Amino acid sequence: MIKAQNVVKIFPVKSGVVRAVDGVSVDVARGEVVVIIGPSGSGKSTFLRCINGLEDFSEGHIIIDGVDLADRKTNINKVRAEVGMVFQQFNLFPHKTVLENLTLAQCRVRRRGKKEAEERAHMLLRKVGIQEKAHEYPSRLSGGQQQRVAIARALAMDPKIMLFDEPTSALDPEMVGEVLDVMKQLAREGMTMMVVTHEMGFAREVADRVIFMDEGKVVEVGTPEHFFTNPQEERAKLFLKQVL
Amino acid sequence: MVPGRCLVERNSVTGKVAILKATHNTWPWKLLLAVILIGGAAGTWGAVAKIDYQWRWNRVPQYFVYVAEEAQKTPFNGKVSSIVKKNGDAVVTVASGSQRVELTVTADSLKVTENEDIFSGDTVGFAKGWHLGPLMYGLWTTLWISAVSSVFGLIFGLVAGLARVSKNYTIRGLAITYVEFIRGTPLLVQIFIAYFLLGTVFNLSRNVCGVGALSLFVGAYVAEIVRAGIQSISKGQTEAARSLGMTKFQTMWDVILPQAFKRILPPLAGTFISLIKDSSLVSVIAITDLTKSGREIITSTFATFEVWILVAVMYLLVTSLLSQLVFYMERRLAVSD
Repeated sequence: MIKAQNVVKIFPVKSGVVRAVDGVSVDVARGEVVVIIGPSGSGKSTFLRCINGLEDFSEGHIIIDGVDLADRKTNINKVRAEVGMVFQQFNLFPHKTVLENLTLAQCRVRRRGKKEAEERAHMLLRKVGIQEKAHEYPSRLSGGQQQRVAIARALAMDPKIMLFDEPTSALDPEMVGEVLDVMKQLAREGMTMMVVTHEMGFAREVADRVIFMDEGKVVEVGTPEHFFTNPQEERAKLFLKQVL
Repeated sequence: MVPGRCLVERNSVTGKVAILKATHNTWPWKLLLAVILIGGAAGTWGAVAKIDYQWRWNRVPQYFVYVAEEAQKTPFNGKVSSIVKKNGDAVVTVASGSQRVELTVTADSLKVTENEDIFSGDTVGFAKGWHLGPLMYGLWTTLWISAVSSVFGLIFGLVAGLARVSKNYTIRGLAITYVEFIRGTPLLVQIFIAYFLLGTVFNLSRNVCGVGALSLFVGAYVAEIVRAGIQSISKGQTEAARSLGMTKFQTMWDVILPQAFKRILPPLAGTFISLIKDSSLVSVIAITDLTKSGREIITSTFATFEVWILVAVMYLLVTSLLSQLVFYMERRLAVSD
C-alpha cells in the first residue's frame, strides 16, 4: 500500500543542510496500523508529510498504491484524494460550518452532488459522534470535537490511507480519549493508518507495528509488545525510559 | 452609611459598577469635546465675519435642482384643434390630417389661439420642468467614476495581489514593478500621463483615461492589501485543503480568499473611501465631476465659501454611507467567529 524506499529530505539551514529524513524505508501493508514514535525533531512528522506530498523529498521513492510520488508525471492531487491527513492543529476551515467542511472537497474533488455529499457527511458525523454540531462553525466546538470533525472531513473523501500527524498533541488532556476512540474504531474497521503520536498507550493497544525514529533515521521497528517490553537499541531504551 | 454608596460597594466585585462608573465619568469629556468643536466652529465663523464676506446661500439651491421653462414646439405643420385649460396649465392639441400631438404648457405662456394655423417648429408656449443642477450631475459623475474604478481596481488588485504571492519570479516581479511604480508616483501625474500621453497615443477619451488611471492607482493599493490578507491565513489552511486533493486554484478560491477577504475588509474599505475622494483629481482633465462642477459654479456665482462647503459635505455624505455599509458587512461576516 505504502512503499517508502530510502527517502531523504534535506532542509537548507544557515550552516549547510539538515537531513531531516535520512534514508527512511518503510513498507505498510493494506489494513496495517503503523505508529511512528520518537523524540521531537526526529523527522517523523516530516516523513509523514512526505507521504502525501506536503513536503517534497530530495531522494528516494514513495510509492502509494502503485503510484510513485517521485515521478514528475504523477498528479499529486489524485494521490492526495486517496490519502487522508489529520493535523495537530485540526486546520478546519473556520469560515465554513462543520457540514460545509465535510462537503467542500467531496463536491470539488470527487465531483459529488450536494445531496450525496451531505448524506455522506451526516453519516460520518454520526460515526464520530457529533451529528448535532453539523450546522455550527468550528470556533464553537471544543478541541476534541474539532479534531473529530477533521477526521470525518478526511474520511469523507473515502481515502485508502489515513495519516495522523500528532492528532492529540494540541488537545486538553480530557479530550484526548474521544479522539483516540475514533481512531481505534477506524483501525478495527481495517483502515490503513500511519500515526505519528506521543500516546504510548494508543501505540501499544492499536499498532501492528511501531517504528522508532531518531535524527531522521529509523532506529528500531517491531511489534508493540516487543518494542515496549524488550527494545534492542540503546536510543530506544533511553527514550522509553523518559516517556513511560 | 449612605444607601447609594452601599450599593456601589456591594456591586463593585461584579464589574458592573466599573461600567456604571465609566459612563458616569465620561460626560465631562463629552462636554469638553462639544466645547472644543463648537468653539472651533464659532472661531471660524468669527474669523470669516471679520473679512467682510457676503454669504449668499440663497444662490446655491438652484445648482441642485431648478425649474426651467422649456419652449414647446409643434413637430409638424397643422392647426390648433383645441385648447383645454386646467389648473393653470393649457393642453394644446395640434392636428394635421391623421397626425395629432398634445402639448402641455403653462396657461399664461400660451402663444396660440384655437383654429390657428401653425408650422413645424413654432413655439406653442412654455412648460415648467424640474431639472437636476450641475452639482447633482457632478455628484453622479463622481459616483459612477468611483464605482467603475473600484470594480476594475478590485480586479487589478486581486490579480496583482495573487501574482505578488506567486512562486514564479517573473510574475512576482511584474506585480512588484506595477505596485512600486504606482505607489511611487503622484496620482495627479499618473492622470496626466494617462490622458496626455496614453490618451493621445491610443486615442482614448478622457473618461477612459480618468477611470483607467484611478483603477490602476487603487489596484496597486488593493494588491498590497490582498497580499497581506493571503499571507495572514495560516499555512495549515492551505495544507488541509491540498491534503484533501483540492487544486491550488480551488484552495485559493474556496478556502484562502474568503477568509482573507473578511480580514482585509476594513483596509479595503478605507482604500475605496480614499478613491472617492481621490477621484476629484480627474477634474484636471476636464471631467465634470463634483469638484469641477463646484469650480464652475463659483466662476458664475462667486459663492466660493458656500460651494466648497457644500461640495465637502456631499463627499462626506457619500463616504460615510460607504463606511456604514462596510460596517454592516463586517458584522454579517462575523457570524463564524
